[in-house]
Amino acid sequence: MDNWTVLLVDDEKEFASTLAERLNLRGLRVQTAYSGEEAIETMARNPVQVVVLDLMMPGMSGLAVLETLRKNYPDSRIILLTGMGSVSDGVKGMKMGAFDYLMKPVEIDSLMQTIREAMGKPS
Amino acid sequence: MEFIGKLVSYLGQLVGNPEDIEGPKRYDVIRRNISILMLLITVVPLVSMALINYSQYQSTLRREIMEPMKVLVNKAKNSLELLLTNRFAILRFVATAYSYNELADENNLKRIFRALRKEFDGFIDLGLIDSKGIQISYAGPYNLRGQDYSGQPWFQQVQVNGAYVSDVFLGFRKIPHIAIAVQHIDESGAPPWIVRATVDTKRFDQIISSMGIQPECDAFVMNKEGVLQTESKLYGKVFDRPPGIMPPMTYEPFVTERVDPRGNHVVTAYAYSNRSDFVLMFVKPTASVMRAWYTLKSELIFVFVIGVLLIVSAVLKLTSVMVNRMKISDERRELAFREMQHSHKLSSIGRLAAGVAHEINNPMAIVNEKAGLMRDLIERNADFPQKDKFLGLIKAIVQAVDRCRTITHRLLGFARRMDVEMESLSVNDVLKETAGFLEKEALHRNIELTMNLALDLPRIFSDRGQLQQVILNVLNNAIAAVSDGGSIAVTTWDHDADYVGISIQDDGVGMSEETMKHIFEPFFTTKKGTGTGLGLSITYGIVKKLGGDIAVQSKLGKGTRFIIYLPKRAEKGGEASNG
Repeated sequence: MDNWTVLLVDDEKEFASTLAERLNLRGLRVQTAYSGEEAIETMARNPVQVVVLDLMMPGMSGLAVLETLRKNYPDSRIILLTGMGSVSDGVKGMKMGAFDYLMKPVEIDSLMQTIREAMGKPS
Repeated sequence: MEFIGKLVSYLGQLVGNPEDIEGPKRYDVIRRNISILMLLITVVPLVSMALINYSQYQSTLRREIMEPMKVLVNKAKNSLELLLTNRFAILRFVATAYSYNELADENNLKRIFRALRKEFDGFIDLGLIDSKGIQISYAGPYNLRGQDYSGQPWFQQVQVNGAYVSDVFLGFRKIPHIAIAVQHIDESGAPPWIVRATVDTKRFDQIISSMGIQPECDAFVMNKEGVLQTESKLYGKVFDRPPGIMPPMTYEPFVTERVDPRGNHVVTAYAYSNRSDFVLMFVKPTASVMRAWYTLKSELIFVFVIGVLLIVSAVLKLTSVMVNRMKISDERRELAFREMQHSHKLSSIGRLAAGVAHEINNPMAIVNEKAGLMRDLIERNADFPQKDKFLGLIKAIVQAVDRCRTITHRLLGFARRMDVEMESLSVNDVLKETAGFLEKEALHRNIELTMNLALDLPRIFSDRGQLQQVILNVLNNAIAAVSDGGSIAVTTWDHDADYVGISIQDDGVGMSEETMKHIFEPFFTTKKGTGTGLGLSITYGIVKKLGGDIAVQSKLGKGTRFIIYLPKRAEKGGEASNG
């Protein structure tokens, strides 16, 4: 498992790629996936320690992806990104074993902080 | 059947549902129509029954009472005729048993007269009159021998009829009596002679008194000219001729009702005598005849009036209750409908707002990240030209994004009010925020709104939107209750380990015990016309949903205090209780 790469899952390509570039600038290796299905494929090819997962996606929903990943890669840490007004989804995600959840739009520094925590604490 | 169907549909129209009349007047019209209809269908049959019964009873009773009168008067008439027949028979016997010569001898006649008086009552005198009308012999108190009767009407009559009965006249000793005469035709061919006697009318009185009539009634004998032959209690003495009481001639006894000349309503039974010129009359005042009927009638009327009064009051009461129910249920339906429409509208707006907020949020997130990346790149490049200027621009972009975020946040907040979402919040903050909505109105009406908020109040886990609505509702009520220049005090305190308390106290009109009992019931309102009657019931529902409690204390004219207890932890039904 790649401990130092982050997988960023979001259906908004512009958002995902920009955020990936910003995290890159801060010294992280970032892979992007633009749908839930793609995220699962990518993980199958190259499992990573930390996944940043948007909950609101067309097709396979964030919670479904979370469930699959938790089952297949129990060691991965999954950080959820939720839109505003869907606290309950975030809470549900936490109950399903997500590492943390952050509200969009998220401050880059707090995201970095959370990712570092996720990487730092070995399971 | 068709007619009944038409009638029913017409009546239905009459009651109808006057849709074209608006407001409370409409129910007055319905009430009036139903009352009239119900009164008609109850009272009309009752009245007709009563009338039919009345007339039937009356005719039956009348017959029952009148028939005995007829029988009685007929019996009395028969007695009277029997008396006359008897007297005639005596005279005939005298005329037949003795010869003319025997009777012409006055001594002989006096002996016969004495024998008659001994055997039969009432003989006053006895005389023999020859065919020329000359009194031949006479036995009695006067000296009438030689009297010539040939010119008198009775003499003519006795020669035609063979017998004669006179009207009553006052004779000897002023006693009323009648004269009777019979003609005797001898087989020997001698000229016919006449025996005449005078009889007093005591026997008439005996016959009448034997009828056994009641004191208020009257019975008497009249002749065919309407002259009284016996004394009458009502119409005068013997020989009086009371006008207008003579009944028409009939052969059968007859009963009739009429008004006598003195203005009394009387029932008269009468019988014409076939053998003489007498009429026997029996007069009974109608009042006494119909006494039984009048008693019955007044009872009937009493029962009828009581019945009608009962029906009328029952109908009016029932109608009133019914129409009131109708009115209330109409109002409830209308209010429920309005409320449903309102909440439906709110929830569609909420869903729309949430959708818009989400849609805008995504591009805003992109803008935010792009701007962030620009800042990252510029910050990492030490000799970026016009670095400060660009950083300033980026800052402006981020600020604009923040503003958008506030807007979408608000929209989502509005949408979120539809379902319970628990979060940690400060009751004091929610109170201040919510009171802010009402500040303008309070200021406008010069209402003093004081906040005594406990500084050490712990944060609680509850739903902000719902809580806002609760506080808004209660505050709204308080503002509606106080008069201009009144005061409202909001207080919070740490009630116990599990609950915080909020009190909202006003010095307004207050309410009665009765009102307090119903205050949290749906559709109960004191704001006539404007209130939905749902505000406080919704409030109650929300407080209960949030796991809290709400109570009210009030005194009419003194003011009202609402106390709300909210749990510090969301134990009941919180989706996020375990976060």
